[in-house]
Amino acid sequence: MWAYLVRRLLYALPILIGVNLITFALFFVVNTPDDVARMQLGVKRVTPDAIERWKAERGYDKPLFFNAQAEGGEKLTDTIFFDKSVRMFALDFGAADDGRNISREIRQRMGPSLAIAVPTFVLGLFVTVSFALMLVFFRATALDFWGVVACVAMMSISSLFYIIGGQWLISKVWHLVPISGYDGGLDAPRFLALPVILGVLAGVGSSTRWYRTIFLEEISRDYVRTARAKGVSELVVLFRHVLKNAMIPILTGVVVVIPLLFMGSLIIESFFGIPGLGSYTIDAIQSQDFSVVRAMVFIGSVLYIIGLMLTDLSYTLVDPRVRFE
Amino acid sequence: MIEHGFQPVVLWTDACFFALFVAGIIGGVHAYRSPHLRRSWRRVGERPVGMAALVILVAFLVIGVLDSLHFRAALPPAVGQTEAIYATEVNSVLDMLMQRQRSNVERTYSAPLATHAYVKETVELPGGEQRRDFPRLKHGGAHLDDPVDDHASDIVARLVRGAAAGVVVSVAMGLLLGVLTGGLKQLIRGQTPLAWRAAWVTASIIALCAGMLVSLAQGYHIFGTDKVGQDVFYLTLKSVRTALMIGTLTTLVTLPLAIALGILAGYFGGWVDDAIQYLYTVLNSIPGVLLIAAAVLMMQVFIENHPEWFATAAERSDARLLALCIILGVTSWTGLCRLLRGETLKLRELEYVQAARAFGVPTVRILLRHVLPNLMHIVIIALVMDFSGLVLAEAVLSYVGIGVDPTMASFGTLINAARMELARDPMVWWSLVSAFVFMFVLVLAANLLADVVRDAFDPRGV
Repeated sequence: MWAYLVRRLLYALPILIGVNLITFALFFVVNTPDDVARMQLGVKRVTPDAIERWKAERGYDKPLFFNAQAEGGEKLTDTIFFDKSVRMFALDFGAADDGRNISREIRQRMGPSLAIAVPTFVLGLFVTVSFALMLVFFRATALDFWGVVACVAMMSISSLFYIIGGQWLISKVWHLVPISGYDGGLDAPRFLALPVILGVLAGVGSSTRWYRTIFLEEISRDYVRTARAKGVSELVVLFRHVLKNAMIPILTGVVVVIPLLFMGSLIIESFFGIPGLGSYTIDAIQSQDFSVVRAMVFIGSVLYIIGLMLTDLSYTLVDPRVRFE
Repeated sequence: MIEHGFQPVVLWTDACFFALFVAGIIGGVHAYRSPHLRRSWRRVGERPVGMAALVILVAFLVIGVLDSLHFRAALPPAVGQTEAIYATEVNSVLDMLMQRQRSNVERTYSAPLATHAYVKETVELPGGEQRRDFPRLKHGGAHLDDPVDDHASDIVARLVRGAAAGVVVSVAMGLLLGVLTGGLKQLIRGQTPLAWRAAWVTASIIALCAGMLVSLAQGYHIFGTDKVGQDVFYLTLKSVRTALMIGTLTTLVTLPLAIALGILAGYFGGWVDDAIQYLYTVLNSIPGVLLIAAAVLMMQVFIENHPEWFATAAERSDARLLALCIILGVTSWTGLCRLLRGETLKLRELEYVQAARAFGVPTVRILLRHVLPNLMHIVIIALVMDFSGLVLAEAVLSYVGIGVDPTMASFGTLINAARMELARDPMVWWSLVSAFVFMFVLVLAANLLADVVRDAFDPRGV
């Protein structure tokens, strides 16, 4: 197993390098730092001096790949590529445009993000799987039909409307919870309840349908017929046989996103004013803070690759046929 | 001799859209000729849901096409002028049809069908004194002499007139369909081979709604006006084009990439496969929104720095829309590519492909004649399934600030503008509701069609 993990890690490295190169090309080759500076300082009234100062403040006043003026090894290290891209592998993201250290900011904001994302994920998984199992239990009845209709209808509503509608109804009309904001400690559930519920609700439609399809595919297999023939009750068939055997497709879709929970949800956090990584990213996008966006892209890819590895590991837990070879 | 006319303008997205339209027609002819594709499409047509969804989508498509025929109108000629001068403003046929809604701008918010403004203003009374009151709207219900008493009856009268027109259209469509499909009786009983009755009922509902909307729109702002007094109904219809563009033009990028790379990877294997797999794993591992955000930010910088490329504001926001489609396409071809690669791997080992290879058929020919046609069902399913997701994505992206140009009407910009107004008291709700209704119907129709298409094309046939 360790050999397998090491091999997977080695395989992950070229992917991360690829991600790094793509983002580098996007941010520094498509537009030169001069273009970015001109845009940020306002295109019209901008002097070459101001551009130079802007670049120097942010460390963009170096050559891209090769610094001919530097000495020895610094020919390669005293460049934008090394400073902005290679250093990311050591999780050194530098400073944001407002001068704050990005790594520290990320550490601070991880907590609120997880406080929203983990309950949403767990509750969502529980609700959708049980809902899908219920639809399968009552398959080919009116309940199943209308359940699927409800799912398709819910899928067709933009997540923005769930949030806007929920905030309006629960916070503004019924005054049950604050409309937005965040506080740690005992007060947290009051602020978290609504975003979590809305996050779950927005995903119910599509995931339920997806699980239902998986379960239906599994339920027409021979072993299920055998189990029924033995006289096993339908409920036991569903939970003991179908659910267990449907684990592989479920895990494939679910485990990958677990590490990405750290990143938080962009729109939920921004609507509810939660100081997590999602709203950090949105703020960075809106204020065009490129170093933060690059850092988030890199972290996102690292987490995704970790997710892929976890998925493979989880297969061995649920399916004894899967071995690491 | 001065010509009073107009100068057609073909924006980039229009060109792509119509190219896609033509490609769709060619594809349709091709599908009609090939027996198994025709059979699959027939299965779509046999399902009432499929027909109803198709009719709704066609209605949206008509709005989109009308809004994609752009032109610049000629200005009224000045004295001594020898050549026609055209306005800098680019308009579409839809703009022309909705001239009334476009030009009748109020001062600020007004509620749906209102005759008076939504907020109090200081109005001057005939006697010279001033009072805080709701002023009359400049255009909404301006034809009424007594807005308080006549308002309700006028609306009802307009509704009845519109509904009557809708019924007439519906009956005409029914008669025409009856003749075309062989018998009105079969049509009404739903006994035609294709589900024409569902299509007719849906079209009738659309005609009824359209009739009432058109008749009301002559005198009122149906969905009210927004902050700067623009007609929300007009903005919503304009949004339809943006949504359609995002949903369809993206495929111009996804399809060639996914098909070419998927087939190459699956058929050749070896280092080609490794390279392509590496490419899509890298793209896949970047969280979608972030990759799109990064690309859109850089595109903004690029457009900002090259103002000389865009003559008019319309061209500029159009370039941004096209770039957004391309970016969405580049970031979303990986899923389809992986599916096609897997399927090609299977096809490569089948006897008829092996036989073709043994006979020395050139590789290109094998790929085009034997592999590609057998992948079409996956492509069609993916195409239809992606559409609704893209329409929904546009709203979220515009909210985040990396969507279409803020000046361009789209569901995302509508929602975004309306979101702030929910905090007002009394609440301004109509932009949201109108965006919600249109978007919901569009996405729902697309989702339903996607289901039917998947059932009809999937050989596993659940």
